[in-house]
Amino acid sequence: MRLENKVALISGGARGMGAVEAKLFAREGAKVVIGDVLEDEGKQTEAEINEAGGQCLFAMLDVTSEENWNQTVAATVARFGKVDILVNNAGIFTLGNVEDTTVEMWDRVMAINGKGVFLGTKAVIPEMRKVGGGSIINLSSVAGLIGSARAAAYGATKGAVRIFTKSTAVQYAKEGIRANSVHPGIIDTPMTVPTILVDDASREAQMERTPLGRLGQSEDVANGVLFLASDESSFMTGSELVIDGGLTAQ
Amino acid sequence: MRLENKVAFISGGGRGMGEVMAKLFAQEGASVVIGDVLEDEGKQVEAAINETGGNCLFVRLNVTDETQWQQAVAATVTRFGKLDILINNAGIYRTNKIENTSVEEWDQVLAINGKGVFLGTKAAIPEMRKAGGGSIINLSSVAGLVGSADSGAYNASKGAVRLLTKSTAIQYAKEGIRANSIHPGTIETPMTADLLSGEGRRDRINRTPLRRLGRADDVAYGALYLASDEASFVTGSELVIDGGRTAE
Repeated sequence: MRLENKVALISGGARGMGAVEAKLFAREGAKVVIGDVLEDEGKQTEAEINEAGGQCLFAMLDVTSEENWNQTVAATVARFGKVDILVNNAGIFTLGNVEDTTVEMWDRVMAINGKGVFLGTKAVIPEMRKVGGGSIINLSSVAGLIGSARAAAYGATKGAVRIFTKSTAVQYAKEGIRANSVHPGIIDTPMTVPTILVDDASREAQMERTPLGRLGQSEDVANGVLFLASDESSFMTGSELVIDGGLTAQ
Repeated sequence: MRLENKVAFISGGGRGMGEVMAKLFAQEGASVVIGDVLEDEGKQVEAAINETGGNCLFVRLNVTDETQWQQAVAATVTRFGKLDILINNAGIYRTNKIENTSVEEWDQVLAINGKGVFLGTKAAIPEMRKAGGGSIINLSSVAGLVGSADSGAYNASKGAVRLLTKSTAIQYAKEGIRANSIHPGTIETPMTADLLSGEGRRDRINRTPLRRLGRADDVAYGALYLASDEASFVTGSELVIDGGRTAE
């Protein structure tokens, strides 16, 4: 198993990509803590993993709260003894060009997608230091690489995540803590279905834009996150893993 | 096993990173063909894989020769029935600033590192089309991303590989053929042995945030991920395996 004896904390792990990551990690031998504001979904994912023979704990986590993060990391260590892997996966999507974006929208998306990654990273570093290293995986987006026609604030948050990841990588490399970003293209998840994949026409349009001619699935992203979490990628830090069906290659 | 029922061709598989990839791919269930100009080393790797229960064939291959590529691909299909994965791994390294680079050196580096990738890709595509898709992995370098203080031709060749990979990805995505580049930092291999002797070694370690040299298996695991169906939504991407060197 590729994550044997590892302990992973996944924010936004209750549903969507985070839940798929949690299940995959558990199958690969990791003990998994999922932090989320979605309590019902989180407890359900926790139960599914435990019933399938994995080890999972759900913790209520609002990623914008430093105190919540400290409690979640403490709960992880209390239950499983350490933290080896952090997946900063929680995020929201907001549509709007620059003029349509209110200050409230900007602040909210920056708080969850940007500050959430900062606080998660800050909270786990002391624990990773104790075990002599770790792997932090931050979910950015293709919107953190190229301009988006309709999502100004979201793109800014994902750009922030991209470079914050490199800061983390460079600052903590000597302590064996790695940090890499993942840049999904159009993935079929609970985040994108109500926003950009609302109907058949919009799904078709996104498939059309994607050279491989399909939408990504959560598993496509989870497999990349698994690779970055595992010791197979032990010489990778500060890198960007783009999983977009070729969208940004053209 | 992560490459069960896959057939992989690895250029430069006679030693170094290519050899480690060949062995890892065989362990993960792939049938592997290694192409190399190094006949003794290539046959040794072939024997080592076959003796440990894998399936491996060595073919002599000069990557700058279109006819040899066609023969190598034909031999692969004859022996293992198809071609799913191509690793354009063969390459040479030359250190010379631009003023000290002769036209002969430029031509040689661009022929092996650049034209070699073009010819391998060209030869593999018809077979991948027949199989309904495939995965091409091209070994570029951090020298394909940032300027190098001590090489002009190598730098240019790896930049060419980076963008040829994206061309391949875009042109053949509709046929299910994926193409991605890998960008290793300083890896300890027979190619870098001179570079890593004496003072150079300490200097390279100090320039790498993770404070170690890369090993061939660090790169091989990245190639394995890109080769496998786990990366089936990944094309035109750059996998940087450099211990953080280009992140700062």
